[in-house]
Amino acid sequence: MSLQNASGIERNAHHTESYARHPGLNLGAAHAQEEDTREEMVFGFWVFMMSDLIIFGLLFATYVTMLGGTAGGPGPKELFEMKSAFIETMLLLTSSFTFGMASLALKYREDKSRLVFWLVVTLLLGVGFLFFELKDFHTMFDKGGVPSRSGYLSAFFSLVPLHGLHVTGACIWLVALLGQMAVHGLDAPVKTGILRLAILWHFLDIVWIGIFSLVYLGGLS
Amino acid sequence: MSDVTSSIFGRLGWDALPFWSMLRDHSAMTIINGVIATGAAGMVVLGALAAIVLVTWLGKWKYLWSEWFTSPDHKKIGIMFIVIALVMLARAIIEAVFMRAQQAVGLDGGFLTAEHFGQLFTTHGTIMVFFMAMPFLTGIINYVMPLQIGARDLSFPVLNQVSLGLTAAGAALVMISLVLAPFSIGGWTGYPPFTELSYNPGAGVDYWIWAVTLSTLSSTLTGINFAVTIFKKRAPGMKLFRMPLFTWTALCTAILMIFGMPPLTVATGLLALDRYLDFHMFTTDLGGNMMNYVNLFWAFGHPEVYILILPPFGIFSEVFATFSGKRIYGYRILVVATMCIAVLSFTVWLHHFFTMGQSAHINAAFGIATMLIGIPTGVKVYDWMLTMYRGRIRLSVPMVYAIGFIMLFVLGGMTGVILATPSVDYQVHNSLFLVAHFHNMLIPGLLFGMLSATNFWFPKAFGFRLEERWGYRAAFCWIIGFMLAFFPLYVLGLMGMPRRSVAFLEPQYLPWTITAGLGALVILCALLCLLIQLWVSVRDRHANNVFAGDPWDGRSLEWSVSSPPPEYNFPVLPEIYSIDAFMTEKDRGQGWQAPDQYVDIEMPANSAMGVIMAVTGLAMAFGLVWHMWWLVIGAGLATLVAIIARGFVRHTKRTISAMEVQRTHEHWLEQVRRTTPIKRSQEQSTANHGLPVAPIEGAVQ
Repeated sequence: MSLQNASGIERNAHHTESYARHPGLNLGAAHAQEEDTREEMVFGFWVFMMSDLIIFGLLFATYVTMLGGTAGGPGPKELFEMKSAFIETMLLLTSSFTFGMASLALKYREDKSRLVFWLVVTLLLGVGFLFFELKDFHTMFDKGGVPSRSGYLSAFFSLVPLHGLHVTGACIWLVALLGQMAVHGLDAPVKTGILRLAILWHFLDIVWIGIFSLVYLGGLS
Repeated sequence: MSDVTSSIFGRLGWDALPFWSMLRDHSAMTIINGVIATGAAGMVVLGALAAIVLVTWLGKWKYLWSEWFTSPDHKKIGIMFIVIALVMLARAIIEAVFMRAQQAVGLDGGFLTAEHFGQLFTTHGTIMVFFMAMPFLTGIINYVMPLQIGARDLSFPVLNQVSLGLTAAGAALVMISLVLAPFSIGGWTGYPPFTELSYNPGAGVDYWIWAVTLSTLSSTLTGINFAVTIFKKRAPGMKLFRMPLFTWTALCTAILMIFGMPPLTVATGLLALDRYLDFHMFTTDLGGNMMNYVNLFWAFGHPEVYILILPPFGIFSEVFATFSGKRIYGYRILVVATMCIAVLSFTVWLHHFFTMGQSAHINAAFGIATMLIGIPTGVKVYDWMLTMYRGRIRLSVPMVYAIGFIMLFVLGGMTGVILATPSVDYQVHNSLFLVAHFHNMLIPGLLFGMLSATNFWFPKAFGFRLEERWGYRAAFCWIIGFMLAFFPLYVLGLMGMPRRSVAFLEPQYLPWTITAGLGALVILCALLCLLIQLWVSVRDRHANNVFAGDPWDGRSLEWSVSSPPPEYNFPVLPEIYSIDAFMTEKDRGQGWQAPDQYVDIEMPANSAMGVIMAVTGLAMAFGLVWHMWWLVIGAGLATLVAIIARGFVRHTKRTISAMEVQRTHEHWLEQVRRTTPIKRSQEQSTANHGLPVAPIEGAVQ
């Protein structure tokens, strides 16, 4: 009996200290109910990311099994350009850093202009990445590297552009968040929105590191 | 001119109408098949029209819109999921009867063309898995799980609407395919290269791809929603090891959905790329690799069968405990067994293609992994039996399903161990033996579980009991019909009859196919009994009302509130101190209490997101099937705009005032005080108004 009651008390104690549960987010004055709701949103997004990671994992695996399926068409060595892939990597890594700066601005300063500045820089870097990626695909197309040429190229074009589509989605989301900020100010939904977008952004960075190492470095080695 | 029509209608032409080929070609075979297809299409059109006319005549559009379609209430969404499941169940059973009828007269011919038969088994499988089983179990979990953990709603109520909308869109697409034919003939697994463009250029496979993709997206989102809800929204004191077993199985199912659904999204997505953009992922030429599809599909497909079977395991655990009047035997062991099954389900997918050329070592490893699943499942069966042992068992309708399940499921499990032996699998591969095994697991497992749950929780959802006599008739028809329809298939499989064959040449198959055909008719009777049961129950709803909320002397929290429960479920979130939380309360004489104080309750506000996603999802899928690109782009943009606009909405809550909560709750408590408690033996009489005699009053049950 006493033990069971104790657990109830323990839970209450847990509630009062809930402001400490989410170190990455500054929601102003501690408010247990609000914290719980926001925590659920962010946790839910993490779970969604795990599900999304399965998709990328399977596409990576499929890509590896189809490395040999070039059917006499061009392979990685004929198609990839290290320089361009490196620029893309740098752009994306930097964008992850600038998003980190945006997160710090969100957490430590109630200074909207600094936050907006870093978010816009992130957006530009993301768009820059997309520009170079599209340019890359264009060069590949010119060299005859179209998805319908071979199983290998199909696998490439089902994996890499999907990452690009994710980046596109993330950029649209970023613009939408800037719009929300303009309309509603820096309220809790905008803050959790930024927090969740940050998770997606860093996640896409990690997936790109996988693509760069496995597809580009692996292909050119 | 034809350019204009083709840019509007894509490749949709008059020949999509099911009676078109019949008008062109007057042979007996085309006329019979055309009449059947037209009849089916007519039923869809008339059914839809009848529904629209009825709702308009009753003037209920506004009510449907504001109380149901835009409601974020998990209970209503759950019920709508189940309605979809029941409609699709009826269709898929009728298709099954046609297939069995065809095979009963299939010696040297029969009445169906191979094409028509192919569409029948493809839609039957697709519907039963994606549009009957998945919505049914999603609906039941949606309804029951938040009540069991003492929550007010799911974590993401609007996402829940979207899940419902996507499933509804997928189901609608399959229904549309009856009117604007054809559907795929590639089986529910849709293996390439048969489903590739070069072998199947029509709209059929595309219908299948997009219907399944919609359903898969829906299930992924549902899984996330359920898992987050169970992890984050349990009432104070409800530790993981105090959760009811149904919630435990819901959690494991949700995790399986999160990780098991994406492989199918990948598989159907890549197949679509092959068909639409001339990719070569799974083609036979230019370096395509169709084994990748098979691996991807079963990386989903095997966890899927455990997504289907785990919730019924939870349901039966509740049913056995409740109707034996005992605490469940081996609670912790049952939880561990559930988790073992969930993990093992990811390790066995390759047993679906033992014969496709991998090495014997790999086959052996996967065969052993498969057989291992028998261990935790066996543990569960013994736990259920020991729960019944020395219990005061009431053979209610849910119990009849549960006992039928235990016996038949063990049989099916044993044939599963046989199939898990690669050398045996080589002999019976692609024969009806496999069909028999598969249905032996899924009908007693999934479907009996769902029907048991329906009989068990129906009074909770609607406030009156389901009529028992027709319930028993349905249950026995299901059990007997199942045995008649599927046991002969084991024999046929061992005799070498391949599955999915429209006709055969061996006269010795005939007695068995006829028996199976009779079994299908008995199952049709079961469906009729279910409908009559529903009708009779609604007719007598006042006599059978159980507003007090606890008609079966229940054990978990959902029975502690009124039937039907208020929108906010609990006036105050309960504190939990043990498993079987409500039974503990009743044992201490602490059930049916008023809280010390009432507070305002915040609930999610209505939203049209689910409906919007259903409409745009359906439009996009339909456009893709028929190559109407304007529709695809338009619907895609509408989806994007809706999602972005939703982000700008800030009034997502509405408040239910403390006064209203108090009024509802005290009205209910007043009714409970006026209700005469009953003994368990009176459960099925009209004396049962949802209040059992409390154990503390020394009742002899």
